[in-house]
Amino acid sequence: MVEKERVQTPPKGGVFVAHARVLDAEDIKRAIQRMAHEIVERNHGLDNVVLIGLQTGGVMVAEMLTEALSKISGTSPPQGTLDVALHRDDIGMRPVIPEAVTDISVDLDGATIVIADDVLFTGRTIRAALDALCDFGRPKEIQLAVMVDRGHRELPIRPDYVGKNLPTRISEIVDVSPEGVDLGTVEK
Amino acid sequence: MNSIPSRSLLSIEGMTKSDIEEILDLTDTFDEIGRRPIPKVPALRGRTVATVFFENSTRTRLSFETAARRLSADTMSFGAGSSSLSKGESIRDTVEVIEAYGADVLVVRHPAAGIAQRIDNWTDALVVNAGDGCHEHPTQALLDAYTLRKHKGSLNGLRIAIVGDIRHSRVARSDVLAFTMLGAEVVLVAPPTLLPPSLEGWPVTISYDLDEVLPTLDVCYLLRMQNERISEGLIPSVREYTADYGLNIKRAATLPKDALICHPGPTNRGIEIEAAVASDPRSVILDQVSNGVSIRMAVLFLLLGSGRNLGATSELEGGQ
Repeated sequence: MVEKERVQTPPKGGVFVAHARVLDAEDIKRAIQRMAHEIVERNHGLDNVVLIGLQTGGVMVAEMLTEALSKISGTSPPQGTLDVALHRDDIGMRPVIPEAVTDISVDLDGATIVIADDVLFTGRTIRAALDALCDFGRPKEIQLAVMVDRGHRELPIRPDYVGKNLPTRISEIVDVSPEGVDLGTVEK
Repeated sequence: MNSIPSRSLLSIEGMTKSDIEEILDLTDTFDEIGRRPIPKVPALRGRTVATVFFENSTRTRLSFETAARRLSADTMSFGAGSSSLSKGESIRDTVEVIEAYGADVLVVRHPAAGIAQRIDNWTDALVVNAGDGCHEHPTQALLDAYTLRKHKGSLNGLRIAIVGDIRHSRVARSDVLAFTMLGAEVVLVAPPTLLPPSLEGWPVTISYDLDEVLPTLDVCYLLRMQNERISEGLIPSVREYTADYGLNIKRAATLPKDALICHPGPTNRGIEIEAAVASDPRSVILDQVSNGVSIRMAVLFLLLGSGRNLGATSELEGGQ
Protein backbone atom coordinates (compact mmCIF):
# COMPACT_ATOMS: atom_id res chain seq x y z
CA MET A 1 0.00 0.00 0.00
CA VAL A 2 0.98 3.62 -0.36
CA GLU A 3 3.45 5.18 2.02
CA LYS A 4 4.34 8.83 1.79
CA GLU A 5 5.78 11.56 3.89
CA ARG A 6 3.26 14.13 5.06
CA VAL A 7 4.72 17.44 4.05
CA GLN A 8 1.93 19.24 2.23
CA THR A 9 -1.16 18.52 4.31
CA PRO A 10 -1.65 18.17 8.05
CA PRO A 11 -0.88 16.27 10.15
CA LYS A 12 2.80 16.64 9.36
CA GLY A 13 5.85 15.18 10.90
CA GLY A 14 5.20 11.57 10.06
CA VAL A 15 4.85 9.04 7.32
CA PHE A 16 1.36 8.22 6.11
CA VAL A 17 0.77 4.49 5.85
CA ALA A 18 -2.31 3.55 3.85
CA HIS A 19 -4.40 0.61 5.03
CA ALA A 20 -7.18 0.70 2.47
CA ARG A 21 -7.83 2.38 -0.87
CA VAL A 22 -11.30 3.85 -0.72
CA LEU A 23 -11.52 5.53 -4.14
CA ASP A 24 -9.24 5.04 -7.13
CA ALA A 25 -8.41 7.66 -9.76
CA GLU A 26 -11.44 6.73 -11.88
CA ASP A 27 -13.77 6.92 -8.87
CA ILE A 28 -12.44 10.40 -8.11
CA LYS A 29 -13.08 11.53 -11.68
CA ARG A 30 -16.65 10.25 -11.53
CA ALA A 31 -17.25 11.90 -8.14
CA ILE A 32 -15.90 15.22 -9.46
CA GLN A 33 -18.10 14.90 -12.54
CA ARG A 34 -21.20 14.32 -10.39
CA MET A 35 -20.39 17.17 -8.01
CA ALA A 36 -19.86 19.52 -10.97
CA HIS A 37 -23.30 18.63 -12.32
CA GLU A 38 -24.81 19.20 -8.88
CA ILE A 39 -23.18 22.64 -8.66
CA VAL A 40 -24.62 23.64 -12.05
CA GLU A 41 -28.05 22.23 -11.16
CA ARG A 42 -28.26 23.87 -7.74
CA ASN A 43 -27.15 27.30 -9.02
CA HIS A 44 -29.05 27.18 -12.34
CA GLY A 45 -25.80 27.60 -14.24
CA LEU A 46 -22.56 29.21 -13.19
CA ASP A 47 -23.48 32.90 -13.04
CA ASN A 48 -21.55 34.57 -10.21
CA VAL A 49 -20.14 31.21 -9.08
CA VAL A 50 -16.57 31.44 -7.74
CA LEU A 51 -14.55 28.41 -6.67
CA ILE A 52 -12.21 28.82 -3.72
CA GLY A 53 -9.76 25.98 -3.01
CA LEU A 54 -8.41 25.73 0.54
CA GLN A 55 -4.63 25.38 0.82
CA THR A 56 -3.26 22.93 0.40
CA GLY A 57 -5.43 19.86 -0.24
CA GLY A 58 -8.48 21.73 -1.49
CA VAL A 59 -6.66 23.43 -4.35
CA MET A 60 -6.48 20.19 -6.34
CA VAL A 61 -10.20 19.57 -5.77
CA ALA A 62 -11.03 23.11 -6.92
CA GLU A 63 -8.94 22.66 -10.05
CA MET A 64 -10.59 19.34 -10.93
CA LEU A 65 -14.04 20.85 -10.36
CA THR A 66 -13.21 23.87 -12.51
CA GLU A 67 -12.09 21.61 -15.34
CA ALA A 68 -15.26 19.52 -15.09
CA LEU A 69 -17.47 22.63 -14.89
CA SER A 70 -15.92 24.18 -17.96
CA LYS A 71 -16.56 20.96 -19.93
CA ILE A 72 -20.21 20.95 -18.83
CA SER A 73 -21.01 24.60 -19.34
CA GLY A 74 -18.39 25.81 -21.79
CA THR A 75 -17.12 28.53 -19.45
CA SER A 76 -14.86 28.09 -16.46
CA PRO A 77 -15.84 29.91 -13.27
CA PRO A 78 -13.28 32.23 -11.61
CA GLN A 79 -11.06 30.41 -9.13
CA GLY A 80 -9.08 31.46 -6.08
CA THR A 81 -7.05 29.86 -3.32
CA LEU A 82 -7.23 30.57 0.40
CA ASP A 83 -4.86 29.72 3.24
CA VAL A 84 -6.83 29.76 6.49
CA ALA A 85 -3.90 29.32 8.90
CA LEU A 86 -4.09 32.86 10.30
CA HIS A 87 -7.82 32.46 11.01
CA ARG A 88 -7.53 29.14 12.85
CA ASP A 89 -8.84 28.84 16.42
CA ASP A 90 -5.86 26.82 17.68
CA ILE A 91 -3.09 29.40 17.10
CA GLY A 92 -0.84 29.37 20.14
CA MET A 93 -2.05 25.88 21.11
CA ARG A 94 -0.14 23.94 18.48
CA PRO A 95 2.30 24.91 15.72
CA VAL A 96 0.44 26.80 13.00
CA ILE A 97 2.20 28.19 9.97
CA PRO A 98 0.74 29.48 6.68
CA GLU A 99 1.67 27.15 3.82
CA ALA A 100 0.89 29.24 0.77
CA VAL A 101 -0.01 32.75 -0.26
CA THR A 102 -3.75 33.39 -0.58
CA ASP A 103 -4.77 34.38 -4.09
CA ILE A 104 -8.23 35.88 -4.47
CA SER A 105 -8.26 38.45 -7.25
CA VAL A 106 -11.98 38.23 -8.03
CA ASP A 107 -14.56 40.47 -6.32
CA LEU A 108 -16.57 38.39 -3.85
CA ASP A 109 -19.39 40.93 -3.29
CA GLY A 110 -22.59 39.21 -4.41
CA ALA A 111 -20.78 36.05 -5.54
CA THR A 112 -21.89 32.48 -4.93
CA ILE A 113 -18.77 30.94 -3.47
CA VAL A 114 -18.13 27.22 -3.59
CA ILE A 115 -15.41 26.35 -1.07
CA ALA A 116 -13.53 23.23 -2.17
CA ASP A 117 -11.57 21.05 0.25
CA ASP A 118 -10.24 17.52 0.25
CA VAL A 119 -11.46 16.24 3.62
CA LEU A 120 -14.22 17.53 5.91
CA PHE A 121 -13.51 16.47 9.50
CA THR A 122 -14.11 18.67 12.57
CA GLY A 123 -15.32 21.62 10.51
CA ARG A 124 -12.82 23.98 12.11
CA THR A 125 -10.95 24.66 8.87
CA ILE A 126 -14.26 25.59 7.21
CA ARG A 127 -15.16 27.92 10.07
CA ALA A 128 -11.80 29.65 9.60
CA ALA A 129 -12.43 29.85 5.85
CA LEU A 130 -15.88 31.43 6.33
CA ASP A 131 -14.31 33.99 8.64
CA ALA A 132 -11.49 34.75 6.20
CA LEU A 133 -13.73 35.01 3.13
CA CYS A 134 -15.95 37.62 4.75
CA ASP A 135 -12.92 39.95 4.89
CA PHE A 136 -12.87 39.93 1.08
CA GLY A 137 -16.44 41.04 0.55
CA ARG A 138 -20.05 40.07 1.15
CA PRO A 139 -20.87 36.96 -0.90
CA LYS A 140 -24.50 36.20 -1.69
CA GLU A 141 -24.06 32.59 -0.66
CA ILE A 142 -21.30 30.21 0.39
CA GLN A 143 -21.49 26.51 -0.41
CA LEU A 144 -19.10 23.68 0.45
CA ALA A 145 -17.76 20.89 -1.77
CA VAL A 146 -15.52 18.17 -0.29
CA MET A 147 -14.03 15.03 -1.75
CA VAL A 148 -14.46 13.10 1.51
CA ASP A 149 -16.74 13.71 4.50
CA ARG A 150 -15.23 11.64 7.27
CA GLY A 151 -17.57 12.69 10.10
CA HIS A 152 -16.62 13.76 13.65
CA ARG A 153 -17.93 17.31 13.27
CA GLU A 154 -17.29 19.66 16.18
CA LEU A 155 -19.18 22.64 14.72
CA PRO A 156 -22.59 23.08 13.04
CA ILE A 157 -21.18 22.85 9.51
CA ARG A 158 -22.35 20.55 6.70
CA PRO A 159 -21.24 20.06 3.11
CA ASP A 160 -23.39 20.79 0.04
CA TYR A 161 -21.50 18.51 -2.36
CA VAL A 162 -19.75 15.32 -1.21
CA GLY A 163 -17.53 12.99 -3.23
CA LYS A 164 -17.69 10.18 -0.69
CA ASN A 165 -19.15 9.78 2.80
CA LEU A 166 -16.56 7.78 4.68
CA PRO A 167 -17.09 6.63 8.28
CA THR A 168 -13.73 6.75 10.08
CA ARG A 169 -12.16 6.29 13.46
CA ILE A 170 -10.96 9.59 14.92
CA SER A 171 -7.37 8.30 15.01
CA GLU A 172 -7.35 7.47 11.30
CA ILE A 173 -6.11 9.75 8.53
CA VAL A 174 -7.70 10.25 5.12
CA ASP A 175 -5.27 11.03 2.31
CA VAL A 176 -6.55 12.49 -0.95
CA SER A 177 -4.44 12.70 -4.11
CA PRO A 178 -5.21 12.52 -7.85
CA GLU A 179 -4.30 8.80 -7.71
CA GLY A 180 -6.90 8.00 -5.09
CA VAL A 181 -8.32 8.32 -1.61
CA ASP A 182 -6.63 6.21 1.06
CA LEU A 183 -7.55 5.50 4.65
CA GLY A 184 -4.58 4.93 6.94
CA THR A 185 -2.56 6.17 9.88
CA VAL A 186 0.46 8.40 10.35
CA GLU A 187 3.47 6.64 11.83
CA LYS A 188 5.96 8.88 13.61
CA MET B 1 14.33 27.24 11.97
CA ASN B 2 16.44 26.49 15.00
CA SER B 3 18.24 29.62 16.17
CA ILE B 4 15.35 32.08 15.86
CA PRO B 5 12.67 33.13 16.82
CA SER B 6 11.92 30.34 19.23
CA ARG B 7 13.16 33.09 21.51
CA SER B 8 13.76 36.73 20.89
CA LEU B 9 14.99 38.36 17.67
CA LEU B 10 18.07 40.29 18.71
CA SER B 11 20.46 40.23 15.76
CA ILE B 12 21.12 38.89 12.29
CA GLU B 13 24.37 37.52 13.68
CA GLY B 14 23.63 34.01 14.81
CA MET B 15 20.90 33.45 12.25
CA THR B 16 21.41 31.03 9.40
CA LYS B 17 20.65 31.46 5.72
CA SER B 18 17.66 29.14 6.02
CA ASP B 19 16.31 31.08 9.03
CA ILE B 20 16.33 34.24 6.94
CA GLU B 21 14.89 32.55 3.88
CA GLU B 22 12.08 31.06 5.92
CA ILE B 23 11.12 34.51 7.23
CA LEU B 24 11.28 36.00 3.72
CA ASP B 25 9.12 33.17 2.32
CA LEU B 26 6.56 33.61 5.08
CA THR B 27 6.49 37.38 4.47
CA ASP B 28 4.76 36.83 1.10
CA THR B 29 1.73 35.59 3.04
CA PHE B 30 1.63 38.71 5.21
CA ASP B 31 2.26 40.97 2.24
CA GLU B 32 -0.90 39.57 0.63
CA ILE B 33 -2.92 40.39 3.75
CA GLY B 34 -1.85 44.03 3.42
CA ARG B 35 -3.47 44.14 -0.03
CA ARG B 36 -6.87 42.80 1.13
CA PRO B 37 -9.96 45.05 1.35
CA ILE B 38 -9.80 44.51 5.13
CA PRO B 39 -6.08 44.08 5.84
CA LYS B 40 -6.44 42.30 9.14
CA VAL B 41 -6.38 38.71 10.43
CA PRO B 42 -7.32 37.47 13.91
CA ALA B 43 -4.08 35.51 14.38
CA LEU B 44 -2.76 37.29 17.50
CA ARG B 45 -5.97 38.24 19.28
CA GLY B 46 -5.38 38.67 22.99
CA ARG B 47 -1.63 39.17 22.63
CA THR B 48 0.05 42.47 23.43
CA VAL B 49 3.00 44.02 21.63
CA ALA B 50 4.74 46.91 23.40
CA THR B 51 6.99 49.31 21.53
CA VAL B 52 9.63 50.51 23.98
CA PHE B 53 11.61 53.29 22.35
CA PHE B 54 14.36 55.09 24.23
CA GLU B 55 15.26 56.87 20.98
CA ASN B 56 13.14 58.70 18.41
CA SER B 57 11.72 56.90 15.41
CA THR B 58 8.90 57.40 12.94
CA ARG B 59 8.81 54.44 10.62
CA THR B 60 10.12 51.61 12.74
CA ARG B 61 7.67 52.29 15.51
CA LEU B 62 4.66 52.90 13.24
CA SER B 63 5.62 49.88 11.22
CA PHE B 64 5.70 47.54 14.24
CA GLU B 65 2.46 48.96 15.59
CA THR B 66 0.73 48.61 12.20
CA ALA B 67 2.02 45.06 11.91
CA ALA B 68 0.74 44.19 15.38
CA ARG B 69 -2.70 45.66 14.66
CA ARG B 70 -3.01 43.84 11.34
CA LEU B 71 -2.52 40.65 13.33
CA SER B 72 -5.20 41.82 15.83
CA ALA B 73 -2.70 42.11 18.69
CA ASP B 74 -3.10 44.94 21.18
CA THR B 75 -0.37 47.55 21.24
CA MET B 76 1.22 49.50 24.03
CA SER B 77 3.58 52.34 23.45
CA PHE B 78 6.42 53.68 25.55
CA GLY B 79 8.44 56.74 24.61
CA ALA B 80 11.40 57.82 26.69
CA GLY B 81 10.61 61.52 26.34
CA SER B 82 7.23 61.35 28.05
CA SER B 83 8.08 58.72 30.68
CA SER B 84 9.25 58.50 34.25
CA LEU B 85 12.81 57.92 33.01
CA SER B 86 13.21 61.66 33.45
CA LYS B 87 12.30 61.14 37.13
CA GLY B 88 15.18 58.71 37.42
CA GLU B 89 13.40 55.39 36.90
CA SER B 90 15.83 52.76 35.60
CA ILE B 91 15.47 50.87 32.33
CA ARG B 92 15.03 47.66 34.25
CA ASP B 93 12.19 49.04 36.36
CA THR B 94 10.59 50.47 33.23
CA VAL B 95 10.73 47.09 31.51
CA GLU B 96 9.26 45.34 34.53
CA VAL B 97 6.38 47.79 34.62
CA ILE B 98 5.62 47.24 30.93
CA GLU B 99 5.76 43.49 31.43
CA ALA B 100 3.40 43.79 34.39
CA TYR B 101 0.85 45.41 32.09
CA GLY B 102 0.82 42.18 30.12
CA ALA B 103 3.16 42.72 27.17
CA ASP B 104 4.05 39.48 25.35
CA VAL B 105 6.63 41.10 23.09
CA LEU B 106 8.82 44.13 23.73
CA VAL B 107 10.01 45.89 20.61
CA VAL B 108 13.06 47.77 21.89
CA ARG B 109 15.10 50.64 20.55
CA HIS B 110 17.90 52.20 22.57
CA PRO B 111 20.99 54.29 21.74
CA ALA B 112 23.33 51.84 23.51
CA ALA B 113 24.59 48.67 21.80
CA GLY B 114 23.59 45.46 23.54
CA ILE B 115 20.62 46.80 25.49
CA ALA B 116 18.14 44.57 23.68
CA GLN B 117 20.14 41.55 24.86
CA ARG B 118 20.21 42.85 28.44
CA ILE B 119 16.47 43.48 28.44
CA ASP B 120 15.93 39.99 27.07
CA ASN B 121 17.80 38.62 30.08
CA TRP B 122 15.60 40.59 32.47
CA THR B 123 12.19 39.73 31.09
CA ASP B 124 10.07 36.68 30.33
CA ALA B 125 8.48 38.55 27.43
CA LEU B 126 10.02 38.07 23.99
CA VAL B 127 12.25 40.88 22.74
CA VAL B 128 12.64 42.22 19.22
CA ASN B 129 15.63 44.49 18.72
CA ALA B 130 14.47 47.54 16.75
CA GLY B 131 17.93 49.11 16.80
CA ASP B 132 20.50 49.17 19.59
CA GLY B 133 23.13 51.88 19.18
CA CYS B 134 25.69 51.05 16.49
CA HIS B 135 25.10 47.31 16.90
CA GLU B 136 22.20 45.86 14.90
CA HIS B 137 18.75 46.50 13.44
CA PRO B 138 17.72 43.03 12.31
CA THR B 139 14.20 43.72 11.01
CA GLN B 140 15.58 46.50 8.79
CA ALA B 141 17.99 44.01 7.20
CA LEU B 142 15.16 41.52 6.73
CA LEU B 143 12.92 44.07 5.04
CA ASP B 144 15.81 45.23 2.86
CA ALA B 145 16.55 41.66 1.80
CA TYR B 146 12.84 41.10 1.15
CA THR B 147 12.62 44.26 -0.98
CA LEU B 148 15.66 43.27 -3.04
CA ARG B 149 14.40 39.72 -3.48
CA LYS B 150 11.00 40.96 -4.63
CA HIS B 151 12.56 43.16 -7.30
CA LYS B 152 15.47 40.96 -8.33
CA GLY B 153 14.17 37.46 -7.65
CA SER B 154 17.16 36.58 -5.50
CA LEU B 155 20.10 38.23 -3.78
CA ASN B 156 22.48 35.60 -5.05
CA GLY B 157 25.22 37.22 -7.13
CA LEU B 158 23.95 40.80 -6.71
CA ARG B 159 26.59 43.49 -6.30
CA ILE B 160 25.44 45.88 -3.58
CA ALA B 161 27.16 49.09 -2.44
CA ILE B 162 26.38 50.47 1.01
CA VAL B 163 27.31 54.14 0.94
CA GLY B 164 27.84 56.50 3.87
CA ASP B 165 28.40 56.39 7.58
CA ILE B 166 29.12 52.69 7.95
CA ARG B 167 30.93 53.24 11.22
CA HIS B 168 27.89 54.36 13.19
CA SER B 169 25.29 52.40 11.27
CA ARG B 170 23.48 49.45 12.80
CA VAL B 171 21.61 49.15 9.50
CA ALA B 172 24.89 48.62 7.62
CA ARG B 173 26.00 45.99 10.09
CA SER B 174 22.81 43.97 9.90
CA ASP B 175 22.56 44.44 6.13
CA VAL B 176 26.11 43.26 5.46
CA LEU B 177 25.45 40.09 7.43
CA ALA B 178 22.10 39.38 5.80
CA PHE B 179 23.05 40.32 2.23
CA THR B 180 26.25 38.30 2.20
CA MET B 181 24.57 35.32 3.82
CA LEU B 182 22.05 35.35 0.96
CA GLY B 183 24.87 35.30 -1.59
CA ALA B 184 25.31 38.98 -2.48
CA GLU B 185 28.65 40.73 -2.89
CA VAL B 186 28.86 43.86 -0.73
CA VAL B 187 31.13 46.84 -1.24
CA LEU B 188 31.28 49.54 1.41
CA VAL B 189 31.75 53.05 0.03
CA ALA B 190 32.73 55.79 2.48
CA PRO B 191 35.52 58.18 3.45
CA PRO B 192 38.05 56.33 5.68
CA THR B 193 36.88 58.22 8.77
CA LEU B 194 33.35 56.80 8.42
CA LEU B 195 34.47 53.17 8.17
CA PRO B 196 34.71 51.00 11.30
CA PRO B 197 38.20 50.97 12.88
CA SER B 198 38.55 47.30 11.99
CA LEU B 199 36.85 45.44 9.18
CA GLU B 200 38.45 42.15 10.04
CA GLY B 201 36.03 39.34 9.45
CA TRP B 202 33.58 41.47 7.46
CA PRO B 203 32.96 39.68 4.15
CA VAL B 204 33.13 42.92 2.16
CA THR B 205 35.34 45.00 -0.09
CA ILE B 206 36.04 48.71 0.43
CA SER B 207 36.02 51.65 -1.93
CA TYR B 208 36.56 55.36 -1.34
CA ASP B 209 35.34 56.28 -4.81
CA LEU B 210 31.59 56.24 -5.45
CA ASP B 211 31.93 57.26 -9.12
CA GLU B 212 34.11 54.26 -9.86
CA VAL B 213 31.70 51.82 -8.18
CA LEU B 214 28.32 53.06 -9.46
CA PRO B 215 28.38 51.60 -13.01
CA THR B 216 29.11 48.12 -11.61
CA LEU B 217 26.18 47.94 -9.19
CA ASP B 218 22.88 46.11 -8.97
CA VAL B 219 21.93 48.00 -5.82
CA CYS B 220 23.04 51.34 -4.40
CA TYR B 221 22.11 51.48 -0.71
CA LEU B 222 22.52 54.97 0.78
CA LEU B 223 22.77 55.62 4.51
CA ARG B 224 21.66 58.75 6.32
CA MET B 225 24.41 61.30 6.98
CA GLN B 226 24.00 62.58 10.50
CA ASN B 227 24.87 66.19 11.22
CA GLU B 228 26.64 65.29 14.45
CA ARG B 229 29.44 63.68 12.41
CA ILE B 230 30.66 67.14 11.44
CA SER B 231 30.97 68.36 15.01
CA GLU B 232 32.86 65.14 15.74
CA GLY B 233 35.32 66.13 12.99
CA LEU B 234 34.78 62.96 10.95
CA ILE B 235 33.90 64.86 7.79
CA PRO B 236 35.04 68.38 6.94
CA SER B 237 31.59 69.63 5.87
CA VAL B 238 28.26 68.39 4.63
CA ARG B 239 28.91 70.05 1.26
CA GLU B 240 32.14 68.17 0.82
CA TYR B 241 30.48 64.87 1.77
CA THR B 242 27.66 65.53 -0.71
CA ALA B 243 30.17 66.44 -3.43
CA ASP B 244 32.03 63.14 -2.97
CA TYR B 245 29.35 60.68 -1.82
CA GLY B 246 25.92 62.21 -2.49
CA LEU B 247 23.81 60.47 -5.13
CA ASN B 248 22.85 63.28 -7.50
CA ILE B 249 21.19 63.08 -10.91
CA LYS B 250 24.50 63.08 -12.73
CA ARG B 251 25.81 60.15 -10.70
CA ALA B 252 22.50 58.28 -10.86
CA ALA B 253 22.80 58.39 -14.66
CA THR B 254 25.90 56.18 -14.43
CA LEU B 255 24.03 53.57 -12.38
CA PRO B 256 22.76 50.70 -14.59
CA LYS B 257 19.15 51.00 -15.80
CA ASP B 258 17.94 47.98 -13.85
CA ALA B 259 19.77 48.86 -10.63
CA LEU B 260 17.87 49.74 -7.45
CA ILE B 261 18.29 52.70 -5.10
CA CYS B 262 17.60 52.03 -1.40
CA HIS B 263 17.63 54.11 1.75
CA PRO B 264 16.53 53.08 5.25
CA GLY B 265 15.09 56.54 5.98
CA PRO B 266 14.75 59.14 7.12
CA THR B 267 16.40 60.67 4.05
CA ASN B 268 18.31 63.93 4.12
CA ARG B 269 17.30 65.16 0.69
CA GLY B 270 20.05 67.23 -0.80
CA ILE B 271 22.76 65.59 1.34
CA GLU B 272 23.20 61.86 0.68
CA ILE B 273 20.49 61.81 -1.97
CA GLU B 274 19.31 64.54 -4.32
CA ALA B 275 15.52 65.07 -4.10
CA ALA B 276 14.98 64.13 -7.75
CA VAL B 277 16.90 60.85 -7.28
CA ALA B 278 14.65 59.77 -4.41
CA SER B 279 11.74 59.75 -6.87
CA ASP B 280 13.75 58.06 -9.67
CA PRO B 281 11.90 54.99 -11.02
CA ARG B 282 14.79 52.86 -9.74
CA SER B 283 14.24 54.09 -6.18
CA VAL B 284 12.49 51.50 -3.98
CA ILE B 285 12.59 53.62 -0.82
CA LEU B 286 8.79 53.62 -0.35
CA ASP B 287 8.65 49.88 -1.08
CA GLN B 288 11.06 49.41 1.80
CA VAL B 289 8.61 51.20 4.06
CA SER B 290 5.59 49.11 3.06
CA ASN B 291 7.58 45.86 3.09
CA GLY B 292 8.64 46.76 6.62
CA VAL B 293 5.09 46.15 7.83
CA SER B 294 4.92 42.74 6.13
CA ILE B 295 8.30 41.62 7.52
CA ARG B 296 7.34 42.69 11.03
CA MET B 297 4.03 40.84 10.78
CA ALA B 298 5.99 37.71 9.87
CA VAL B 299 8.40 38.21 12.78
CA LEU B 300 5.64 38.89 15.33
CA PHE B 301 3.65 35.90 14.10
CA LEU B 302 6.69 33.62 14.27
CA LEU B 303 7.36 34.76 17.82
CA LEU B 304 3.81 34.65 19.19
CA GLY B 305 1.56 32.67 16.91
CA SER B 306 3.46 29.97 15.10
CA GLY B 307 3.90 27.80 18.17
CA ARG B 308 7.67 27.75 17.67
CA ASN B 309 8.13 28.95 21.21
CA LEU B 310 5.99 26.12 22.53
CA GLY B 311 9.14 24.06 22.44
CA ALA B 312 9.59 20.68 20.85
CA THR B 313 6.62 19.17 22.67
CA SER B 314 4.08 19.09 19.88
CA GLU B 315 4.24 18.07 16.27
CA LEU B 316 1.42 19.22 14.04
CA GLU B 317 -1.69 17.26 14.85
CA GLY B 318 -5.22 17.06 13.55
CA GLY B 319 -6.17 19.65 11.01
CA GLN B 320 -8.31 17.81 8.47
